[in-house]
Amino acid sequence: MDWDALWLSMSLAVLTVLALLPIGIGLGRVLAYRSFRGKEIVEALVALPLVLPPTVLGYYLLVALGHASPVGQLWHAAFGSQLVFTFEGLLVASIIFNLPFAIQPIQRSFEAIPVEVRDAAACCGMSPWSALGRVELPLAWPGVLTALVLGFAHTLGEFGVVLMVGGSIPGETRTIAVSIYDRVQAFDDVAAARMSALLLAISLVTIAATFHFSRRVGRRLG
Amino acid sequence: MRGLSLELRQEAPIPLDIALTCAPGELLALVGPSGCGKSTILRSIAGLYRPRVAKVAVDDEIWTDTSAGIRVATWMRHVGMVFQSYGLFPHMSAIGNVEAALATPDPAERRRRAAALLDQVNLGGLEQRRPDQLSGGQQQRVAVARALAREPKVLLLDEPFSAVDKLTRGRLYEELAGMRRSLAMPILLVTHDLDEALMLADRLCLVQRGRILQQGRPLDVVNRPTTPEAARVVGHRNIFPARVAGHRLDPPATLLDWRGRRIEAALQPAWSVGAEVSWLIPPSKVVLHRRDRPSRGEAENPVAGTISSFVALGDTTISAIVLDGGEPRRLTLHVARHAAERNGLAAGVRISVSLLAEAIHVMPAQRPRYRRDEVPR
Repeated sequence: MDWDALWLSMSLAVLTVLALLPIGIGLGRVLAYRSFRGKEIVEALVALPLVLPPTVLGYYLLVALGHASPVGQLWHAAFGSQLVFTFEGLLVASIIFNLPFAIQPIQRSFEAIPVEVRDAAACCGMSPWSALGRVELPLAWPGVLTALVLGFAHTLGEFGVVLMVGGSIPGETRTIAVSIYDRVQAFDDVAAARMSALLLAISLVTIAATFHFSRRVGRRLG
Repeated sequence: MRGLSLELRQEAPIPLDIALTCAPGELLALVGPSGCGKSTILRSIAGLYRPRVAKVAVDDEIWTDTSAGIRVATWMRHVGMVFQSYGLFPHMSAIGNVEAALATPDPAERRRRAAALLDQVNLGGLEQRRPDQLSGGQQQRVAVARALAREPKVLLLDEPFSAVDKLTRGRLYEELAGMRRSLAMPILLVTHDLDEALMLADRLCLVQRGRILQQGRPLDVVNRPTTPEAARVVGHRNIFPARVAGHRLDPPATLLDWRGRRIEAALQPAWSVGAEVSWLIPPSKVVLHRRDRPSRGEAENPVAGTISSFVALGDTTISAIVLDGGEPRRLTLHVARHAAERNGLAAGVRISVSLLAEAIHVMPAQRPRYRRDEVPR
């Protein structure tokens, strides 16, 4: 069992989800409520990681974040290190490829709030922030929870993008999924099987827990 | 100025050309067919809709003035709004919904006031129920209590009675009428139900295609519409063209020439002789002559024709009559069912009726249905 890789994957998943929470709520809410020119393009860009092969996405991220890119150079100027093949670079990539998993459930759950309920919040004197906290999030939280769980599970399992952007540097970018691949390559079937089983269990438990909670909420708000 | 004053103008997407005022304590009903823009008027007052040109002022506060670039956010306007499907917060109890609109910082005081408001709308004892555990009428009462909790400077009611059954509606009318005495702010009620407006409103404003057709005391608007268009919106069917033939002072009457037939109307001397006009008569003021005792000409405004359609609706019957003398529009007549049966009314039967002169109301001639620049929808 590669505990370092498991710890790294867990850290990556938790940080990804924490970063995605405000992005998902902010962008999901805007996409749910506003109509603006180019909205379809934004929605398509957000959904793109769903259909793009991970290696293609990884390639473009590698190019976009590499030391020759503006982002890479900016990062280097600020922190004196490069972004690709580091944990930070992996985190940025992870946030990007998880965007659809975070934004779409949140967007749908904001869309499900009746306009009259939102209007009523404003007529009750709630500022937009207050309405978000007291009315919208309490109603949309099953979608937010789904987003978090999907983002978490998906980060644990992502392989192609991680390998392209991060490589397989132990303790820095070698996630559990990459580690499983390494073990299989090394004919260490026992370790691969253990880690796979663990990943399977974690994914199953988180997804089942989400279903359970969202159903309970569905009944409560029915 | 005290009360609400409002001006809204835009061409598209929803045409609006509205100017109205509502005094403190006054209940103004906005009545019109679905999609005529009446809900948009309320939403503009609340700041939930932004027309191209708008001016909304309540008491001394300007809430919207597009020409001065002023637009106070909805949540900063003291507006109480009851939505058509109430818009209650589904995750909060009844009292939680009311508390959500109270600005009182002290939680104990807030709870006390919310409970008092729920008592006022007869919901004492149901404070802890969530909206899905309340009936439609109870939900409406929570919505009213919540709107009042905001201490509104204007109260907006958007079809608040349309989602409840008839029995509950009657009780809610009574409750609103009772509560009104203690409400000192302008109240705007949007409804498509004319009877509802007649029961509750101090003033009625007919809206069609974003324009005000007529406003005034409810019974005046219904009985004396100023245009054929307004007459049609309030449900009049017997609208006919005529020319003013003269006025008579004793006994007082305005004489109309209706396709060569002379009829007498209530004296309306403002109309000049020779003017082309429209006139209307409510179906209940068309009186059936007994068929076993034909009129010998002494009856008031006698006309004859053949019943083209006959429908019984409960205790009353509605007949459409094709008149003798070439009037292409049919005359509608309401007769109590027993009288209709006694007189053998049915499609194809010839009858004669009197048009009661006192109920004949004269209006300007019918305009062409649509102006050339107006595309019918």
